[in-house]
Amino acid sequence: MIGTDIREAITDLMADFCHFLDDDRLEEWLDFFTEDCMYKVLSRENEASDLPLELLSCRNKNMLRDRILSLREANIYNIHYDKHILGAVRILEEKNGDYRVQANYSLYQTNQDGVSELFSVGTYRDLVVFDGGIPIFREKIAVVDTFGIPRLLSTPI
Amino acid sequence: MQNEPQLTWPTSDLSRIPYAVYCDPTIYEEEQDRIFRGPTWNYLALDAELPKKGDFLSTKVGETPVLVCRDNDNSLHAFVNRCMHRGMLLCRERQGNSPNFICPYHQWTYDLKGQLRAVPFPKGVNGEGGLPKDFDRKNIHLHELKIESYKGVIFGTFSNKSEPLLDYLGPEVIYEIDRLFHKPVHILGYQRQRIFGNWKLYNDNVRDPNHGGLLHMFHATFGLYRLSQKGGAKLDARGRHNITWNALGTDDEKTTEEGYEGTKNVYNAKFHLKDMSMLQNRTEHDDDVTLVILSVFPNVVFQQISNSLCTRQIRTDSNNRMELYWTYFGYADDDEDMTRHRLDQANLVGPGGLISMEDGEAVELVQTAVQREQDKHATVEIGGKGKIKTQKSLVTEVPIRGFYSYYCELMGFPVGSDATAK
Repeated sequence: MIGTDIREAITDLMADFCHFLDDDRLEEWLDFFTEDCMYKVLSRENEASDLPLELLSCRNKNMLRDRILSLREANIYNIHYDKHILGAVRILEEKNGDYRVQANYSLYQTNQDGVSELFSVGTYRDLVVFDGGIPIFREKIAVVDTFGIPRLLSTPI
Repeated sequence: MQNEPQLTWPTSDLSRIPYAVYCDPTIYEEEQDRIFRGPTWNYLALDAELPKKGDFLSTKVGETPVLVCRDNDNSLHAFVNRCMHRGMLLCRERQGNSPNFICPYHQWTYDLKGQLRAVPFPKGVNGEGGLPKDFDRKNIHLHELKIESYKGVIFGTFSNKSEPLLDYLGPEVIYEIDRLFHKPVHILGYQRQRIFGNWKLYNDNVRDPNHGGLLHMFHATFGLYRLSQKGGAKLDARGRHNITWNALGTDDEKTTEEGYEGTKNVYNAKFHLKDMSMLQNRTEHDDDVTLVILSVFPNVVFQQISNSLCTRQIRTDSNNRMELYWTYFGYADDDEDMTRHRLDQANLVGPGGLISMEDGEAVELVQTAVQREQDKHATVEIGGKGKIKTQKSLVTEVPIRGFYSYYCELMGFPVGSDATAK
């Protein structure tokens, strides 16, 4: 049985993760990850065929920092707002104080004309660890059903 | 046709491209026949995707769904993915293995050579219904494309007027395919990108070495590709295919600073990554070429960016929509570490590519801006006007003119000072 405190802390983390992305607080968003984190966006099509290729992969926090730096300094992409709608958070398993967590998401993008479109729908499959009582992600993996990426994948999912 | 936008190619060297060519749905319709079903070779798939007898996959030639399979004699076939009965999509799966193809609508069954083998209730029930007496299933065969493969790359053509594949590719392209497929490959996976623009805008993009070092700042900043480096654009004899190439570490700070002077946010010598492993180039060839973007008319790009290898297939949806279908691969003898390195470098390209994410957006923004400017023309003069030939610098867009010279030939568009659309 997973305690209410733990459950609430993990649920808050999942929600905060999305809101920080939506609010363009990308540099602070990095704090939700451990240094040895794994952040991946996987195509459901590849996953189903056991193919290893990711849509985006950062195998440590530095690679994730680079991705954010590149977005800020180098890349030119469609100017948009993101809005994540997070489904119910399921805690699947606890092992040595680490938690396997899953939740569905849908992610809408709104362009500069105020037109919103569904950009991505999928499932987070995460590993949450507690560092000094604070939950953070060691693994954040978004498996996207919308693997036909509309335009381009710029801001993280 | 009435009200057809005036399509003019005012310069015989194709240095002006009419915007109508990206916008007009009637041109798009004609392209499906004259280009994709014309005397061209279209990329279909890689041999490595169909290693076993009975393996099949769904692909596209332009907008036409096509099925590729390996039969029990180990021969490859390509068919229009359409049942000969009532036109149902015969195969719905992207990829798989099957001893035959059974249409989901009325269970007509075809073998792997495309021959109709069975129809349920051929004699009807109790002497009533069923097929007419003169129905001979031996006469019914899926609409088959001619295919040829070279070094495990499978091409198909609808036309019996196509020249042999190797003549179509030419020695320059064959050299690059030999280089990229110098040993067996294995598939790492796929990426798909929906691009809201005309398919030719993407062909323009990959035949434009000039943009690579300007739009893609990630490239320029980290020195993977700078316009100041040794490189160029090799064309085949007809100018329809293009090979953009460059070599790492062949520029110096002075030429780079001078060349990029006055540009906005492109080249920034002070910008460094925290994890440089992704940018590491592991030499795999005897030459110093670290980037090859090989574009083969009309529907495919072959890529080597350091150790990131893939094909990019252009699949059209309509005059202003396309899918870019990326197939990433490594070599069959890669160890685990090399595979991981290739997967890391896959972050550089594709819809989420640190380098290339801009392209999907650039194509759409051109489409948006030219929609109501169809009587105007794009200017293509960088690298020079006049004769279309191989370029010894990256500051060029001459390969775009090469693409349109062959395109206009196939489409029957007259080019030159007084040329107008028929």
